[in-house]
Amino acid sequence: MRPFRLVKVAGKSILKNKMRTLLTMLGIIIGVGAVLVMVAVGDGAKSQIENQIRNLGSNMLVVTPGSSSAGGVSRGSGSFNRLSLEDAEKIRNESVFVSMVSPVVTTFSQIIGGSGNWRARLNGVDVDYLLIRDWDLASGSWFTPQDVRSGKKVAVLGTTVADKLFSGQDPVGQTIQIRNVPVQVIGVLEPKGQTPEGSDQDDVVLAPYTTVQQRLSRFRFISQILVSTSNQNDIPAAQEEINQILRESHGLAQFEENDFEVKNQTQLADAASGTTEVMTLLLAAIASISLLVGGIGIMNIMLVSVTERTREIGIRMAIGARGSDVLVQFLIEAIVMSVLGGAIGVAVGFGGAALVANITGWSTVVEPNTVIVALVFSAAVGIFFGFYPARKAAAMNPIDALRFE
Amino acid sequence: MDESVVIRTRGITKVYTMGTNQVHALRGIDVDILKGEMVAIMGASGSGKSTLMNIVGGLDYPTAGTYELDGIEVSALSKNKLADVRNQKIGFVFQGFNLLARTTAVENVELPLLYDRLGRVRNPREAAVRALTRVGLGDRVDHLPNELSGGQQQRVAIARALVTEPAMLLADEPTGNLDSVTTVEVMTLFQELNDSGITILLVTHEHDVASYAGRVIELRDGRVIRDEYQERVSARDDLERILAERRMDEMEEVQS
Repeated sequence: MRPFRLVKVAGKSILKNKMRTLLTMLGIIIGVGAVLVMVAVGDGAKSQIENQIRNLGSNMLVVTPGSSSAGGVSRGSGSFNRLSLEDAEKIRNESVFVSMVSPVVTTFSQIIGGSGNWRARLNGVDVDYLLIRDWDLASGSWFTPQDVRSGKKVAVLGTTVADKLFSGQDPVGQTIQIRNVPVQVIGVLEPKGQTPEGSDQDDVVLAPYTTVQQRLSRFRFISQILVSTSNQNDIPAAQEEINQILRESHGLAQFEENDFEVKNQTQLADAASGTTEVMTLLLAAIASISLLVGGIGIMNIMLVSVTERTREIGIRMAIGARGSDVLVQFLIEAIVMSVLGGAIGVAVGFGGAALVANITGWSTVVEPNTVIVALVFSAAVGIFFGFYPARKAAAMNPIDALRFE
Repeated sequence: MDESVVIRTRGITKVYTMGTNQVHALRGIDVDILKGEMVAIMGASGSGKSTLMNIVGGLDYPTAGTYELDGIEVSALSKNKLADVRNQKIGFVFQGFNLLARTTAVENVELPLLYDRLGRVRNPREAAVRALTRVGLGDRVDHLPNELSGGQQQRVAIARALVTEPAMLLADEPTGNLDSVTTVEVMTLFQELNDSGITILLVTHEHDVASYAGRVIELRDGRVIRDEYQERVSARDDLERILAERRMDEMEEVQS
């Protein structure tokens, strides 16, 4: 029997029982729809995080202090800060691949301004910082290398800080007080939004690192060195190079572990999106259970259908259907039902994802891959759960089947 | 072998094992049926005629013995080959019509062509309409079984049996569910088909029905006890007589 005829026969017998078919498919529809929505939520979260990481800067590497361990007990990252300005200077002078370097000295401080006071992060940075972070000024100007060398008391405000201290007014040219030191505001940054962890990147005051170190915080060690390469392909080489420079600079012996970490954006993104991936998998797994239940529903109905149509099977066999013809007929019925259900489920999933996005404000992304996997999976469910009933039908003895009342 | 022999059985036995009991349904059947014959197989229930029909129809295997259908040794075939033989060589007509419900007459008749592995028929629907026209249902092509009378349903079943142009029609109590007039109508159709050269094997327990066949084989306890040719009764004559009587009765009723 030709395949398209088989599909036609299956289609006909599915259409003969519209209500039952619809109810049977409902399990698959809900299953596929649920999987799609769940994965869309997970993928949406992931892509949002990836966007945020990309937003951190271009071709950026972050050097952070490493961990120390005493007697086998690690004290966690940042517990042993040996990152210094000399390290930043060495990277700038010795590295071939690195094009821009900026140390970051971080402290928190109460800041008093025009119309209020506000506690904010104070970052001491170098001139390259803005370019590395791919950040623009909204107004005013950025400090010059001359300002950095002389430790000039100037600062550039993030939008959050600018709003808190000078609501409505233009902060450029005004003076703020940081730890009783008057500092002149020379610029305001473009808004940058939140980090993947949810902290406000605009809640910051940037000043020359020299100013922060010498006049405001007097910290000797620095919390980060930001580095960028001119070319994305240079990132791994630069990472390796920085490793060597810093090991040498810190005088580490061969067997000693790094007391610093060099991370690129992909690694940062991976770390951040790792949790969402687990979440996506978990959601998909839970949703898959409904798909499984849908499959069992198909099996159940197919078993009922096979029993109900015993006589039909007998007739078909008497007039020349082989066992395999009957098997294929029932299998195709199951597959048509599950794939049709899967297709409707995909449509429902798209709608559901849009609805979730609309109601919760999360971003949801339906990847083409997810749709393909969902369809293939629903076909597989049809084959898996349709096989047993179909085999039962094919194994019937025509004489008994014809006699069946 | 003689080309005009459609069915040749030699020493066919069938033993059913039920628990520890052995039931001998057939105890050695030797029958030759020639092309163009119309044969009635008779016997009370338990005589083995259903078992014989199942074996002759390629639905079951004999325990021992040989069976040749249209030159093919059937008792040695695999299940799949047997299904093909049923499809190509045999046209079944059942007592209960056995049409697919919610499936139009023409789709029912097309059904055997779906399973024709030789692909002998290009246009199944056309062939099905032709077969329906042959049994006098050319105007009921798209009717569903439940929209047809019992006699019409049995005609659809006969058309379905004819559509593959089989070596023989195998009818198992074809009139068992029909009233007397319809029975004679259907038998008229069988006789007409037989006159056009189709071999017909009729399983029945009614002597009236058997009288329309040209040859009667009677079974009892799994053996052939009678196999003789007879002058067949014309079903058309009977039909016309019955219809004339009816008209007379009706006229009398109107008069009185």
